[in-house]
Amino acid sequence: MKVGLFIPCYVDQFYPKAAIATLELLEKLGVEVGYPSGQTCCGQPMANSGFSGLTGGCDALFVKNFSSYDYVVCPSGSCVLHLKEHLHAEDEAQAVALRSKIYELTEFLTDVLKVEQLKASFPHRVGLHQSCHGQRGLKISQMTELVAPGFSKPLQLLGMVDGVNMVQLDRMDECCGFGGTFCVAEEAVSAKMGQDRVADHVKNGAEYITSADLSCLMHLEGILKRQGSAVKVLHIAEILNHQ
Amino acid sequence: MKSHAEAAAEFIKDGERTDWHDETLWFVRAKRDLAAHGLPEWEQLRDWASEIKNHTLSNISQYLTAFEKNANANGITVHWAADAEEHNRIIHKLIKDNGIEKIVKSKSMLTEECHLNEYLNHHGIATIDTDLGERIVQLRQEPPSHIVLPAIHLKKQDVSDTFHEFLHTEKGNNDPQYLTEAARIHLRDHFVASELAITGVNFAIAETGGFVVCTNEGNADMGAHTAKIHVACMGFEKLIPKAEHLGVFLRLLTRSATGQPITTYSSHFHRPRPGQQMHIVIVDNGRTRQLGRPDFRNSLKCIRCAACFNTCPVYRRSGGHSYHTAVAGPIGSILNPNLDMKANADLPFASTLCGSCSNVCPVKIDIHEQLWKWRQVIVAEGYVGAGKKLSMQGMGFLFSHPNLYRFAGKMGRFFMRIAPFMVNNRLNPWYKQREMPAPPKESFGEWYIKNRKK
Ligand code: SF4
Repeated sequence: MKVGLFIPCYVDQFYPKAAIATLELLEKLGVEVGYPSGQTCCGQPMANSGFSGLTGGCDALFVKNFSSYDYVVCPSGSCVLHLKEHLHAEDEAQAVALRSKIYELTEFLTDVLKVEQLKASFPHRVGLHQSCHGQRGLKISQMTELVAPGFSKPLQLLGMVDGVNMVQLDRMDECCGFGGTFCVAEEAVSAKMGQDRVADHVKNGAEYITSADLSCLMHLEGILKRQGSAVKVLHIAEILNHQ
Repeated sequence: MKSHAEAAAEFIKDGERTDWHDETLWFVRAKRDLAAHGLPEWEQLRDWASEIKNHTLSNISQYLTAFEKNANANGITVHWAADAEEHNRIIHKLIKDNGIEKIVKSKSMLTEECHLNEYLNHHGIATIDTDLGERIVQLRQEPPSHIVLPAIHLKKQDVSDTFHEFLHTEKGNNDPQYLTEAARIHLRDHFVASELAITGVNFAIAETGGFVVCTNEGNADMGAHTAKIHVACMGFEKLIPKAEHLGVFLRLLTRSATGQPITTYSSHFHRPRPGQQMHIVIVDNGRTRQLGRPDFRNSLKCIRCAACFNTCPVYRRSGGHSYHTAVAGPIGSILNPNLDMKANADLPFASTLCGSCSNVCPVKIDIHEQLWKWRQVIVAEGYVGAGKKLSMQGMGFLFSHPNLYRFAGKMGRFFMRIAPFMVNNRLNPWYKQREMPAPPKESFGEWYIKNRKK
């Protein structure tokens, strides 16, 4: 099984540690991972702002870089959702085939690799931020609005980590307010949502906030830092890879 | 007119009020959850409701024709209005022809959409809104901020002040019981004197030619039962084929809206009582256009429960008035660009696309996906700022050229350079209330070359 690692632009530039953890984790689990060097961005910032007409370059690069792999894995639910729903190509059949091979990291671990144990330890109190695109878009966990049995792929994995103490949040799956360009176009609402989201974690005693989506964490981190809070953010791969 | 973002920023300035608004609506959402989770067949009901609406919309002309025929046979006069203006004119004519002076209205979002109150006021005719929340905002000369809880943006003190000013209640008396009683006495006078009652329609049944109005205060009944003329206004999408379908919707509507099993009053109207006139005004006002847009036709399934408002994290923190339209919230953001794309071009962007709205919607409207699609239409039609367009074009170019992307990244984490919104200065909206991420020494790509590409 050959897996292509897709590291989205903002992770590449700002959170290389999360990308390294993702790579190491996959390697530890015996996966042959390739990282095509010509990759950039999934195209979501443009598409979600109404400029899906400007994503052709990103799409073409993506198809060129990743078509030869059996799977594509990415540590960002939001980018994965965008690709799954909106990746196009001149040869549309190629894009459609590729769409079905793209996985967010946690769903790849639970659904494809069927991981049942991990050698990891993280003795801390952790709050899980369910990113909306991962949760509602990719359905990596059940949503509080629906009447259906509960499940959560990230929690299933976190349950394999020694010493992790998950905190219960008052609002299990409330959006953090990042929303791509929403965070600047609607600065007031976005910041207020982020502050409220952080407050829920802090109030319930989290030392770390984790998520399968770094974009949300980037937003929450910005707010925590501004508040001078000691609470830190960590991508879930960093916890699953922590010894 | 302020954009959603500007109006929302105003609203949020009062942090305490924003928290209160958020928590109050979250409480309603939690009640909805409790009610929904109490029914194991909930998702099945949503499927049925969605399918019934879908089917009706696909055969709308046939069902409208059947409805008109059956309503006529029951002695109801059916009027057709192509737009808001015609809707208002029809009602105005009924008022004039019958020499009416006293009019009561039970909350109807359609009459808000058509700006009926303003129209009639302009012609020197006053209408009294009889839904308590609606009456409060009417006294304050404000539009409703929520389709089910029109005065949810107001606190007890605000209501007390308003009643003191207009109904001469005791100043500073915030007791809800006292205030409600004052409103009750005030409204009773209007009900008793009314000659014409306007109501909305929640469901019109093609098979029977009758319709159902749902209220918690019974005010639609009070009006319709005392006045000699009952005028019901409905958008054509309120139609359902058969009486047997009603159960599905009545079970979903109030559970979704407030967490109640059913509205206090679900009143069925079939024919005028002897000596009474009953009229129905069926309104298009852009609905046919929306029906003709495959990406957005689903929005016409809406039963106006407002569950999408209550769950929306943006609505809860920005307040209904920030949407500057009669129907606010997520559903308003997909209905209003159809009415006026230019004026409402900001609304599809007033969302994080979190998707919670689509999940709570009892008729399964793909709300957040339609918001995404509207953004594409709005940009394609050119209703977007030049600055945004330029920065998006820049991004698109940069991300299409891996070498340039890597170079820009190396030159100091490019977001800080090229993306105008990511720069550490006062003009940067990100930086106003958030720190920037600390740029690492090397990107993952650079690390990878050193550590894996040996
Ligand atoms: S869109 Fe759905 S949730 Fe929103 S008001 Fe309409 S029916 Fe209710």
